[in-house]
Amino acid sequence: MNILVCISQVPDTTTKVAVGADGTSINPAGVKFILNPYDEFAIEEGLRLREKHGGSVTAVSVGPDSVKEVLRTALAMGVDTAIHIKDDLRADSFTVASSIAELAKETSPELVIFGRQSIDFDSFALPSMVAELLGWADIPMVSALTVEGSNITAESDIEGGKNSVSCALPCVISAQKGLNDPRYPKLPDIMKAKSKPIAERAASSAQPRVATTSMTLPVSKRLNKVLGDSDADVQELVRLLHEEAKVI
Amino acid sequence: MSILVVLESQADGLKRTSCEAITAAVDVAGGAAVTGIIFNGSQQHLAMAGAYGLTTVLNVSGDEWSAHPSARMAAAISEAATKVGATLVLFGANSTGKNIAPRVAVRLSAGFLPDCVALHGSASAIEATRPVYAGKALVNVKSTTSTTVATLRPNLFTAKNVGGSAAASEAFAPSQTSSLPSLQVTNVTRNEGQLDVSEADIIVSGGRGLKGPEHFNLVENLAKSLGAAVGASRAVVDAGWRPHREQVGQTGKTVSPTVYVACGISGAVQHLAGMSSSKIIVAINKDKDAPIFSVADYGIVGDVFEVLPRLTTAISAVTGKN
Ligand SMILES: Cc1cc2nc3c(=O)[nH]c(=O)nc-3n(C[C@H](O)[C@H](O)[C@H](O)COP(=O)(O)OP(=O)(O)OC[C@H]3O[C@@H](n4cnc5c(N)ncnc54)[C@H](O)[C@@H]3O)c2cc1C
Ligand SMILES: Nc1ncnc2c1ncn2[C@@H]1O[C@H](COP(=O)(O)O)[C@@H](O)[C@H]1O
Repeated sequence: MNILVCISQVPDTTTKVAVGADGTSINPAGVKFILNPYDEFAIEEGLRLREKHGGSVTAVSVGPDSVKEVLRTALAMGVDTAIHIKDDLRADSFTVASSIAELAKETSPELVIFGRQSIDFDSFALPSMVAELLGWADIPMVSALTVEGSNITAESDIEGGKNSVSCALPCVISAQKGLNDPRYPKLPDIMKAKSKPIAERAASSAQPRVATTSMTLPVSKRLNKVLGDSDADVQELVRLLHEEAKVI
Repeated sequence: MSILVVLESQADGLKRTSCEAITAAVDVAGGAAVTGIIFNGSQQHLAMAGAYGLTTVLNVSGDEWSAHPSARMAAAISEAATKVGATLVLFGANSTGKNIAPRVAVRLSAGFLPDCVALHGSASAIEATRPVYAGKALVNVKSTTSTTVATLRPNLFTAKNVGGSAAASEAFAPSQTSSLPSLQVTNVTRNEGQLDVSEADIIVSGGRGLKGPEHFNLVENLAKSLGAAVGASRAVVDAGWRPHREQVGQTGKTVSPTVYVACGISGAVQHLAGMSSSKIIVAINKDKDAPIFSVADYGIVGDVFEVLPRLTTAISAVTGKN
């Protein structure tokens, strides 16, 4: 089966965020960028499905030239092909979704795999947006999956439980932690990936539908009342929760 | 110009996220009409929708909707939005809302504003605040198109019961949906007897400071005294002490309960990413310099093994739960 895996590049989770000169985005100076952690599960699942059912895995990322780095990681993990869709730093999910959907319409994969969310904007938007643009079903938050013939069955996480779902291919899924243990690329594969070709493609002409008007850093309004551990302190904490915060 | 609020039902009424969305809609409506839409709504749902301020709810009936076919629901909601002339469609940002709302945004050619923590402006010119980079920054965002679809982060909008009488139910039959992709939900498994962190009003979480899975009864007992759900840091989930569904943080669940109690958790940025929008944060840690104290409202510097049993007894005395 032919699989398309969508991956994004995000700031490392420990990045200190500073607002950039434009007042609407972060200052990228000194920020270390990584492959979105959930997308590792997406790539791994694509590779495992290929190992089981044959076919090929293509990784795609939409963004500026720097996203080639995450495409190289995907190549080192073992994807067959990497495609860079050239676009500015992501403005909104819709334009990215349109670029991915246009690619999928041309290449007709049987399965498009996403991570469940990107940890920069946490939009949780692309998988079902792309599914809608393609007219396909989508299974979000997949923590287990089997493909049999032209059918897919999966476990999809919901609040307080799981849905067992099935649908026909082609479809879109998004990978949740627990789906698999992503492999670490080995050094020789990392070296080989450096010289592999990355195809380039123009972004969709779709226009953004969302604009950012400002970015600010949150101001902590926490009370920071820190007590000791005597019996009196414990009683005081209970009193504060009961009488001051009125939450118990 | 009007607002459509997507209502989600559960056995005993509307989900709280739906009530929050109704209040949020009423608050920004100005003169605009606010209409609800529900799938297989009962009298109880209509009574609750009315109590929180809706006068009319579009009711879509049929067995086929009970399986949450997201593409079909999205089509029905979009059609309803067009029918009522909605410039704003609101969902709660839970698993259903997060899944369906982006589809509705595509269908309506609307701007999509996910996981909002505040709404400003009016029904026709809405601007929203949302956290990005795991809560390390906030952005104000707005649509560049005439329609907006937004999801609201649970527990950040207060649901206000305004004592209204039951909403009028208006039957709404979406036009043919046969060409839409279908998805069968063959089984729903509930984690029986456990309150889920993403739906709990109070959460007590434990971290590596508990030293081993055998000591989590201390966390569970405190949770019982508060009627709370149990959460966990990634360190203890990765160690296999607790199931993944309890993990709070960037790669776990994002929660915003009324009270979050962190026991033996250092407060790594990835953990804070999942809980820093909680209303009241309480930390218990033996290290006074642990980063968790910088985001805490109340803290105790002490050993969880010493403090948790005493705190549990003292809280039980107030709540009557143990
Ligand atoms: C990509 C990525 C994603 C991540 N996602 C998440 C996530 O979703 N959620 C998450 O939680 N983490 C996440 N992490 C991990 C995170 O960085 C921390 O490693 C983790 O949160 C630490 O867990 P902890 O606080 O339980 O353990 P520790 O950091 O080891 O802290 C234990 C704390 O317990 C205190 N303590 C020890 N003994 C006692 C005692 N007897 N009484 C009281 N206090 C005591 C210590 O002072 C210390 O502060 C992620 C990391 C990465 C790189
Ligand atoms: N720029 C991008 N290019 C390709 N895939 C992306 C991009 N951004 C996000 N994705 C994919 O969409 C998923 C969900 O992202 P989001 O909707 O932004 O939370 C991610 O886990 C990736 O799989």
